[in-house]
Amino acid sequence: MTLSLDWMIPLIPEEIVIIFALAALAVDFAIVRRMNPAVRWRVIGATACAGCVGAMIWIGRATNYGTSEMLALSPLTQFIKLALLGLALVVVVLSLDARFTRHTGEYYALLLLATAGLMLLISSENLLMIFIALEILSVPLYVLTAFDKTREASAEAALKYFLFGSVAAAFTLFGISLLYGMTGELGLGAIAAKLRTQPVEPVCYAALVMTLIGFAFKVAAAPFHFWAPDVYEGAPAPIACFVASASKVASFFVLAKIVIDGFGPIRGGAAWNDFRAGWMPVLAVLAVLSMAGGNIAALAQTSVKRLLAYSAIAHGGYALLAFFGNARQMLPALLFYVITYALTVLGALAVAGAVENSANGDRMAAWAGLGRRAPLLAVCMFIFMLSLAGIPPLAGFFGKFYLFTAAAAGQPHLGMLWLVIVAVGASAISLYYYLQVLKQIYAVPPPAGAMPLRASRAALFPIALLAALVIVFGCAPGWLLGRLSAVLNSSAF
Amino acid sequence: MLAWTILISFLGAAALVLLPAESRRAARHTALLTALAGLACALAGAVQYERSAASGAPVDLVNFSWIADLHIHFHLAADGVSITLVLLTGIAAVAGVLFSWNIERRTREFFALYLALIGSVYGVFLSFDLFLLFVFYELAIIPKYFLIAVWGSTRREYGAMKLALYSLVGSAMVLVGLIAAYVVSGAQTFDLTELAKYHFPAAFQHWAFPLVFVGFAILAGLWPFHTWAPTGHVAAPTAGSMLLAGVVMKLGAYGALRVAMTLFPEGLRAWQNEIALLAVIGIVYGATVALVQRDLKFVIGYSSVSHMGFVLLGLMTLSKIGLSGAVLQMFSHGIIAGLLFAVVGRMVYDRAHTRDLTELQPMNLSALAPFAAVTFVIAGAASMGLPGFSGFIAELQVLAGAWQVFPRLTLLAGVGILVGIAFMVRVWIKAFFAEGDIKASAIPIEPISMPERAGALVLLGTTVLIGLWPGLLLNLITPTLNSTLFQGMVKGGPQ
Repeated sequence: MTLSLDWMIPLIPEEIVIIFALAALAVDFAIVRRMNPAVRWRVIGATACAGCVGAMIWIGRATNYGTSEMLALSPLTQFIKLALLGLALVVVVLSLDARFTRHTGEYYALLLLATAGLMLLISSENLLMIFIALEILSVPLYVLTAFDKTREASAEAALKYFLFGSVAAAFTLFGISLLYGMTGELGLGAIAAKLRTQPVEPVCYAALVMTLIGFAFKVAAAPFHFWAPDVYEGAPAPIACFVASASKVASFFVLAKIVIDGFGPIRGGAAWNDFRAGWMPVLAVLAVLSMAGGNIAALAQTSVKRLLAYSAIAHGGYALLAFFGNARQMLPALLFYVITYALTVLGALAVAGAVENSANGDRMAAWAGLGRRAPLLAVCMFIFMLSLAGIPPLAGFFGKFYLFTAAAAGQPHLGMLWLVIVAVGASAISLYYYLQVLKQIYAVPPPAGAMPLRASRAALFPIALLAALVIVFGCAPGWLLGRLSAVLNSSAF
Repeated sequence: MLAWTILISFLGAAALVLLPAESRRAARHTALLTALAGLACALAGAVQYERSAASGAPVDLVNFSWIADLHIHFHLAADGVSITLVLLTGIAAVAGVLFSWNIERRTREFFALYLALIGSVYGVFLSFDLFLLFVFYELAIIPKYFLIAVWGSTRREYGAMKLALYSLVGSAMVLVGLIAAYVVSGAQTFDLTELAKYHFPAAFQHWAFPLVFVGFAILAGLWPFHTWAPTGHVAAPTAGSMLLAGVVMKLGAYGALRVAMTLFPEGLRAWQNEIALLAVIGIVYGATVALVQRDLKFVIGYSSVSHMGFVLLGLMTLSKIGLSGAVLQMFSHGIIAGLLFAVVGRMVYDRAHTRDLTELQPMNLSALAPFAAVTFVIAGAASMGLPGFSGFIAELQVLAGAWQVFPRLTLLAGVGILVGIAFMVRVWIKAFFAEGDIKASAIPIEPISMPERAGALVLLGTTVLIGLWPGLLLNLITPTLNSTLFQGMVKGGPQ
């Protein structure tokens, strides 16, 4: 019997990331354990960076695409993996100055393992694979959320995240088992084929709803969002960034894959004149609850991180609008939106982390006069907040515009316009709380005797870069849209 | 030429951001130069347009594909209506800088936001792609908010937030209408001239028109959505109120005319009477409420609601004379309201530190600040609509147009004019010419400075010039109203 290693070739980027995760552990144990913390974080951080960059380079060069029952490698999946690795790289850099733990090697190893889980998730074509990838992603994230052992909030957040997450995973698994019982298949394409030919039985809808619950949890759609504010506030800042950005992009992509590929035949309808059972009404309800609940709860927040968490719930709701678009527009609209959103929220949370480090908290008062104390951070936060509020010419504006247009055009006779109206209205309300933060930064004078806030270069550089990207993608969305349609056209999606 | 107005303003704002924070003088001069350059471009563009395009059709300035996937173009163009408002913006911008000469706190940031607002306003007036127009329209919200929230006076945070939210709710309504129109027309273009050729189904127009029209008209102070206007004007710093009344309210009226009325002529016919009624209620209500205000800025704020009512009434006549009156009234009100706010905010409030009429009464301002008193009397006369000022021609045209369509409402609007005269006379007497029991020398008052005099003369000169020679603007406006873009809505009627 010859041992073939061919199966490992398509997964080389994931393997690179995992190898560097182990390398980070090894370097920590073998070499830098006894050095001073600054050197230790830098060396291990550099190892983690090398892992991300190595995987990106490999993806950029490799062109062997193909689909099997388990995995799909297409220009689209590789593009999204590149985006995710980029986001992970930013998180790695942001962590360089973190001093909340002594377990540097473990921290970076877990971060890279979670990244590997994300990448695997993107490629999975089979419900069981998707589930496994989700767990590879989630378990490190639960641990990382609890990593700041000096703060109770961190442990509490991790416990909530874990409890909600595991219950949601159980629902998903139950849904998958029902589906397997009905169709005898686990591959997304095969399930769709069965659903198309078989009569659809009620239990299929039960399976659908249960499967979707798991993803609603992952994208923090109301009413499965309860973990989000605690994790954003309690988790170490870079981890909150990771959960809010990379994890969200991947979850939305997989959700799209499942409902379009797997559940395509039981689409149903959510148009005002055409309500039929299927995933569309489920997602429409989730979208309305998320947009309304997220925005209303955000109005009352005094902690900027919690505010961003509730705004993230609302943004999850907007993103769900893409699912009502037509086949040509839905993925570009969704991906453009979640990628630019990830860049924006990553930046905003990073600024919040920097403010929190210096002011012992991220209450509104801690932001007073930031425009004077840290002009660059303040300008970047200004850009992030306005982009989240959907003010042109920033990326958030065009992303929302495209989403809303896609949803309105998706169903005949403006069927989904009602949802667009809800979304536009919710978005208008949201300006209020974003302006509250900006008011603190620019209109309220700094407290007497406040020191200038010095952020490290490891924080400033990625934040400024993200702000620049938010402007560029807003003023010239054509480039990213062009890339997205190019990879979509050359993929079988 | 005209497209440069936008670029120059934003470049000026960017240059100010890069200036060192302490250099107040440099900031003022940069802002003034930028505003003057913008005005020069606007004037040159207007002359060029009048020479080249006698037909009144829009002339393309810039047009390239911006976001190809959605067929969005960066399309700037100008016709007589937009040029009139660009000229207004240029003049108001220069005057506003002159009346902000005394801003000492965060000068650089003030003028940067100010120029960003001006740039967005130019952008709205020159955009012929609806997406682009919307971008500029929303872009104007943020500078407005910060100008009021940071440099404002009475209840500034409340006023600023109210204005921002009203603007955003209005633009949300517009956005829904635009997206729906884009989808219904086949999702091929956002170009205004292309969409105007498309015949939208009547049932669609019946709900899309009020949505988009009211969305824009919120910013034009349409009763009962006008409540942001008095509080916003009162809270804003002088130049802020001047711009709010002078150009920002015009954004709303312009959008209503340019977008809602052009795209949905049938919807317009269906709602014509209702909107005219709201406009006339606004005229009478604004004037009546102004009559009983104690705060001088509230008087001017409510008078703006009243005067903008004439613009909306003129739009609803759908006749050439009424429409050209409406456009002229936009220009005229922009100049006159700017002047009134300048006198009240800069010349009176900054010196007397009160705007309360009962407190101003004993001060005998006409002796303390004769220049302010004379300016205010002339501006008040212009605001009443006396002949010789621009407001006279504009309101006369609006009333003449409205008489043919809504005779009873026109009578009511006439009552509004009478009340307008009454509140202005009351303010003259109380604020400036009451028998003062405090000796003039008892209150040290700084003399009216050169920039203020220059700003006042620019605005006064403009309103008199247009009052005596309305043809200057009407030659731009009337041919445009004959062009194809407006044919769908104009019923004809006497010139």
